[in-house]
This record gives sequence, structure tokens and C-alpha cells, in this order.
Amino acid sequence: MAKKKRRSMLYIPGNNPAMIQQSGVYGCDAVLLDLEDAVALNQKDAARILVRSMLETVNFYDTEVCVRVNNMQTPFGLADLEEIVPMQPDNIRFPKTESVQDVKDFMKEVRRIEKEHGIKDPKMTIHVMIETAKGVANVYDIAACEPRVDAITIGGQDLTADMGIVKTPDGAGIDYARKRIVMAGKANNLDVLDTVFADVNDEEGLKEETEYIKKLGFAGKALINPRQVDPVHEVFNPSENEIRKAYRVYSEFYKNTKAGIGVFAIDGKMIDAPVVQRAITVLEYANIDIKDIEKSLE
Amino acid sequence: MTPKFKAQAGTFESSDIMVLIEPVAEGTGRQVDISSTVMLQFEKDLKECINQVLDVMEIENVHLIAKDKGALTPTIKARVETAVKRSLGIQEGTL
Repeated sequence: MAKKKRRSMLYIPGNNPAMIQQSGVYGCDAVLLDLEDAVALNQKDAARILVRSMLETVNFYDTEVCVRVNNMQTPFGLADLEEIVPMQPDNIRFPKTESVQDVKDFMKEVRRIEKEHGIKDPKMTIHVMIETAKGVANVYDIAACEPRVDAITIGGQDLTADMGIVKTPDGAGIDYARKRIVMAGKANNLDVLDTVFADVNDEEGLKEETEYIKKLGFAGKALINPRQVDPVHEVFNPSENEIRKAYRVYSEFYKNTKAGIGVFAIDGKMIDAPVVQRAITVLEYANIDIKDIEKSLE
Repeated sequence: MTPKFKAQAGTFESSDIMVLIEPVAEGTGRQVDISSTVMLQFEKDLKECINQVLDVMEIENVHLIAKDKGALTPTIKARVETAVKRSLGIQEGTL
């Protein structure tokens, strides 16, 4: 099966029933039901009960469902986990992760709640959010410390606030953090997800930023409005030419491997393992299963 | 259990429901007053849904007022649960 795509992860305010019940039809790869910044302090209880109730009932179709809980240092974090963990959404997003100890403390509570509810072999994964300078400094250790972490994400707004700088459209202030987080994620085979683009009226700016983060190695981007889904997909989706080229590279690779040949050439250019890996990534984004290619060549 | 405080949950937005709870004296029983944009079609379902939550939470004496704007079942259940918990003084993890 092709790898699950996370090109677009749309934040949905956790206290907005109309938006939550429509989550499955926005066309994004994942929805992030938000109990943190999108919920007023005096509505935290209402939001977590609503999200729990929606998770019980609403059909999200094939959209991945992630819930962003509040940080464990707040009065809300643990109460969020008590409501949400038993529902086992696809993932829980853990904000303001700063250290390995943070992840360990968080997972201790997650595992306790799962045990109390008799959840054996839980499939729910964790997304850690790096939103402080300390988190950026510790990101390599954070990325490697827990097998249930399957994605790492940067929170640009909080990070710039923590650094005492302004988030500019060119992203200069968070550029080092983006690159460091990508490397930490890639080193541990995690998906790396980018921060939001706050100006929903600037589609060109969104596309430019998405082009940039795609080049850096991000698997996708957090979004704040359904209007941002299509432009982001446009950037992440490979062109027809890229798909044809990737198909050809993988076909030749498969045939040559069967013949016992490791390195070969297409149109005079050497094709080795990294080129094949890039071709596989393109095919994944194009929803083409390499097993189907292999079958067609048998 | 008997509600101790006046409490509310929800909004007047479309697809939501505003639930207000007033404490009443022991032995008064339940009084549920509903108004809805889909009253003609769903009055019975709304009442059933609200009463289900009150049953589960063992609330026998209460005056509950619901102003519905086309909320789905999970929203109705969540808003009633929130309002009841607030009226009982159970608001863990909220400022």
C-alpha cells in the first residue's frame, strides 16, 4: 500500500461543531481538531467534550484525524488526554515539546489511560510540536526517543514569539529551525510537517512558501482555512512529466534488479539507489503503488 | 445528582445548540423546554437525545432550556453534558 500522504493538515477549532462535522469533505489529507490555541480558556471543557463526542460518531471518511491537546504544563493538558485518548484518534499532537523528559511524561499518561480503558495494541501515534528555542536545540533527541512518534512539526508563531522576533513572510527567523527539524525527522524516518501560513488571502505567498518547504524535505503543511488545501496539493502533487519519469526509473530498476544489475543508466544518466528512492516518493504522491508496477512487469 | 448552579453551554451558531440549566428543588422532576429551527421534524429526537444524557448522568430534578440551530446528535449530547457538568460544579481543566 502506498504511504499515507500528509500534504495538508487542516486545523479545525475544537469548539466549532459545524466545521468538525464537515471535516471529512474538505479534501485535506488530515484534520487537526484543535483543543489548544483555537479554543478560548473558558470553553476548554466544552471543546474537549464536543471533540470526544464527535470522534464517537462523525464519519471522517479517509481523512486522517489528529487532535491537538493542550500542553501538560497547563491546567487543561491532562483533562484533554483523559477525554481523547480512549477515543484513539489516528494521532495526538503534543504542543510545545521541549525535551525527551516532556515526551516521556506525556507518554506515561497516554499509556496509563490506554491501560485503564483496556486498549491493547494501540495504533494511535504522536506528533510532537517544536515551538520553542529549547525544543529546537533538543530536537534530535526528541525525534529519537519514542517509537510511537511518527511525525514532527514546527510551530512558527510560538517559536518566533519565544525567540522574541517577528515572523516575516520570507520565514528568515525560523529558517534554521525548519532545517534542523527536517534533519532530525529524516534521521528518524518521521514525517516532518510545516507551520501554518497565516494570510489566507495570499494564495501566491502560500504557494511560494509551500514550494520552499517541499524543497527542504517537509511532507506537508498545517493549514488554517479549507481554501488553502488545493494550492498546497498543487505544489506537492508531482507533474505528469515527473510521474512518467519516476515510473520509468522504477520499472528499469525492478527489471535490472531481477537481472542482478545494481547500477544502470537511463538516457546516459546513472540511476542508483537515491534516484530510485526519489522516484518511489514521486509515485507515492501520485497514488501509484509500486507493487502494481512490479505486477505489470511480471 | 442535582444541579447546584445556573449554567450554559453551546452557542447560537448554525449546527450548534445553546443549553441552559436552572437548578430546581428536590422532587420537582425534569422540565425540558426546547425551541429549534427544525422543531417540526425533530422535536421528538431532540427530547429523546437530551433525556438520554440526563438519564446517564442521573439528573432527575432540573429545568433545562435548549435553543437548537440544527445541531447533530453528538453536538446535542456534548452540549447537554457540558452544561450539566458546569451546573454540578465539575469543570476540570477549565479556567
